[in-house]
Amino acid sequence: MTAPAARFVGQRVARHEDARFLTGRGRYVDDIKLPGTLHAAFARSDVARGRIVSVDTTAVAHVAGFRAVYVAADLNHLVHNHKVDDEPPGRERPFRLLADDDVRCVGEPIAMVVADSRYQAEDALEAIVVDIAIEDPVLDPVRALEADAPLVHPTTASNAYNDLLGAPNTALDEVLASAPVVLTEIFTQHRYLTVPMETRGILASWDPLREELTVWISTQGPHGVRGQLARVLGLDDSHVHVIMPDVGGAFGLKMHPSREELAVVVATKVLGRPVKWIQDRRENLIADEHPREDRATVTMAAGVDGTLLGAKVDFLEVAGSFPSPGASAAVFTTVLFPGPYRIPAYGGSAKTVFTNTSGRGAYRGPWMIETLARELMIDCVAARLGMDPLELRRRNVIRDEDLPYAMPTGMVYDQITAAATLEQAAEKIGYDELRVQQRVWRAEGRLVGVGMSLLVEPSAISFGFMSTDAAIVRVGPNGKVDVAHTGASHGQSLETTIAQVVADELGVDLGQVRVTQGDTDATPFGPGTGGSRSAVILGGAARQAAREVRERMFAIVAHQLEASPADLVIEGGRVHVAGTPTRGMTIGEIAHQAYSSPASLPPGLPLGLEAQVRWAPDSFVTWSNACHMCTCEIDPATGSVEILRYVVSEDCGVMINPNVVEGQIAGGVVQGIGGVLYEHMPYDDAGNPLASTFMDYLLPTAAEAPEIEYGHIETPAPSNPGGHKGLGEGGAIAAPPAVVNAVADALAPLGIQVRSQPLGPADIVALLEHVNR
Amino acid sequence: MPEAVVQMTVNGDATEASVEPRVTLADFLREQCGLTGTHLGCEHGVCGACTVLVDGAAVRSCLMFALQARGAEVTTIEGIAGPDGGLTHVQEAFREEHGLQCGFCTPGFVVSVTAFLRDHPNPTDREMKEALSGNLCRCTGYQGIVNAVRRAVGAEQ
Repeated sequence: MTAPAARFVGQRVARHEDARFLTGRGRYVDDIKLPGTLHAAFARSDVARGRIVSVDTTAVAHVAGFRAVYVAADLNHLVHNHKVDDEPPGRERPFRLLADDDVRCVGEPIAMVVADSRYQAEDALEAIVVDIAIEDPVLDPVRALEADAPLVHPTTASNAYNDLLGAPNTALDEVLASAPVVLTEIFTQHRYLTVPMETRGILASWDPLREELTVWISTQGPHGVRGQLARVLGLDDSHVHVIMPDVGGAFGLKMHPSREELAVVVATKVLGRPVKWIQDRRENLIADEHPREDRATVTMAAGVDGTLLGAKVDFLEVAGSFPSPGASAAVFTTVLFPGPYRIPAYGGSAKTVFTNTSGRGAYRGPWMIETLARELMIDCVAARLGMDPLELRRRNVIRDEDLPYAMPTGMVYDQITAAATLEQAAEKIGYDELRVQQRVWRAEGRLVGVGMSLLVEPSAISFGFMSTDAAIVRVGPNGKVDVAHTGASHGQSLETTIAQVVADELGVDLGQVRVTQGDTDATPFGPGTGGSRSAVILGGAARQAAREVRERMFAIVAHQLEASPADLVIEGGRVHVAGTPTRGMTIGEIAHQAYSSPASLPPGLPLGLEAQVRWAPDSFVTWSNACHMCTCEIDPATGSVEILRYVVSEDCGVMINPNVVEGQIAGGVVQGIGGVLYEHMPYDDAGNPLASTFMDYLLPTAAEAPEIEYGHIETPAPSNPGGHKGLGEGGAIAAPPAVVNAVADALAPLGIQVRSQPLGPADIVALLEHVNR
Repeated sequence: MPEAVVQMTVNGDATEASVEPRVTLADFLREQCGLTGTHLGCEHGVCGACTVLVDGAAVRSCLMFALQARGAEVTTIEGIAGPDGGLTHVQEAFREEHGLQCGFCTPGFVVSVTAFLRDHPNPTDREMKEALSGNLCRCTGYQGIVNAVRRAVGAEQ
């Protein structure tokens, strides 16, 4: 039996998804209408910390269209169990549906109104009067850890949410005490946000006769949502049907439902009417999850020749008030920090701290502070040594001959190509000439900088709830191929890429394969799409399921033609004897036999022509890697930073669709550039979030985005049959340090050090003024 | 709230409805006309996802009341493609260049680019990027979108 050659995998095929999106026929949650639907809106705290004195809702009954109003006492006790899958017992996140007694951040929902239309629900909010006795909030994470700091959650002993103590490490202590060069720096990263273009939204409907909840929700994990909603309402999973329509981006935000979405589900059961809530942009910005606010204290030791000898890092992670499940990345940051370098002695620790701000959430590479801090520190060490940062990286980067390489943290790199991506990026950007040219620019007074970063991405983490994916591949009685899978594509192009994998395995045209996802009644259980997993884990499941179907087709044809399966090939929609195309059957003919002529099938072969495979990769992590290099120029008058060139060299193993790979890189890179240069969610001293519109929260546009130049190194991954590695998050992880290093390099001749972000025009001007004083 | 009657032509069809004066054109198109391809990404006029053509001009339908479009010719993303459902060269270029991922911002981009290229058939790169800067995309990093506009310019010539 011969597997068909790859015809679609590796090709830049256009996407199945696009026709409906380009013509306005996509169907997102707000596009779905049920008769009798009511609309929800939330009254929120405008105080960061305080006692709720009263919530007066008496006037709402006079508002046209008003149907119901709920405060904490009405709904909170109806939540049976708020836990999500894999939430560690004893370390559950703080949770409440609506604020009762006190408020713990601005934006916290206090009351929910339900009305005939969204306009009327928002009218009703105007009629609610909330009286809060203001108390001093705690906003700074360092202050929050002091013994006399106000408590964010009154029932906890302190504001520490998590404390990952580093193990005693005398070897490291000795290195740090004796190395020729030892440097300590503190790097801070500001709060910046996921902001998918489609906000959150849910439409929920309760059927009292069937005792069944049906939910359409903008999510990236419909099966996880199903389990959680079943627990919330105290139902069996089988009584909850979750449908993921088209979803307008998520970036980690939409893995778990928000408090408001849970409130909608509780309310629809109370009311017996469908209820819809579509988050508005202000709510998305000020009151949804806030990732990224971190700081890292790094000590790094090196020899005079630049050999790295040891590193110690302590992370401080801001959890805000009500962090999302799994929002803390401390387990990852402390383990991943050594990255693509040989660092023989290492110790990491981390604290996660509550503050009276919006809760922390996941965002594309939630652990990225480790890459940021490490790559900024490498440049600091290079500066101290008077060495070129590329050269310092060259001297310490893990090379092919070092593999397999066990990090001091115990993680093992089976296969990475960090050194190769470093060289490819340097060549592509013309590094040596660039440094020569930079001297000329500097002599002319221009502030031009070069920055780089190396990244190892722990893609396709296969652990706990995230261990597996599954696919059902079905050749129907008409010979058409359907794939139903566990993924939850919301921009990742799985309708196309999974079809590419399956079409290759079955020897059919791409247009013959229809891929469906996101309906818990029609797809197998799985964790959804996140963590750069789909190409590796879901791709593996789909490939294996298609292979099983192919083997069944071969068995049927071999039996019919009295041939050996080993002599058969599959191509052009037919299975035939190799070298004798006339001796064969079309897939339609095979399918017809499989469904309609049980007696004609080989004895023992399962009837029909479908296979479901649940699959896990051979390793807990599938490593991909990349190098980013960029140049920038700073306008000293305005403080604005322009990215002049941006190069990414990456190795994501075998690419299924290079367009999709490059699309993932570009999206992440521009999010990372935006994070450093434009995006910021600041708070004032009273705890008010200050960026409540897209006029304040600045996303990069086409005018700011540089043209990204790609270099691909395709080293097949050992963990899965397709050889794929995930790379969905890497762009957003590696871009910030590359950009910060470039800005720092541009400012270095002025004696300016860059240790914090953001680096917007006002920040740059402040740095320049500081040096001029 | 008292309502008022509004008539307009939407994608070539005469439309008449009674609406509250506060109803935005975007909500009118989505709720009254069932044209849900017009998306709301911010509802304050920055993201451009709700862009439609009003008498040929690209406008943000979240910033206009339905009543302000009285008597106007409105074209939404559903009316951009030809009557046979075939993609226009702008739509085709977005598909060829992977100019979309989640698809949520896409209708606004397609409408904006359609109007821009009608008025500026031979733009410079700078003009093209400035024109695109009125629409936000969070998935693509704009690479495929910029390339799609370049391709569409080439296809028109």
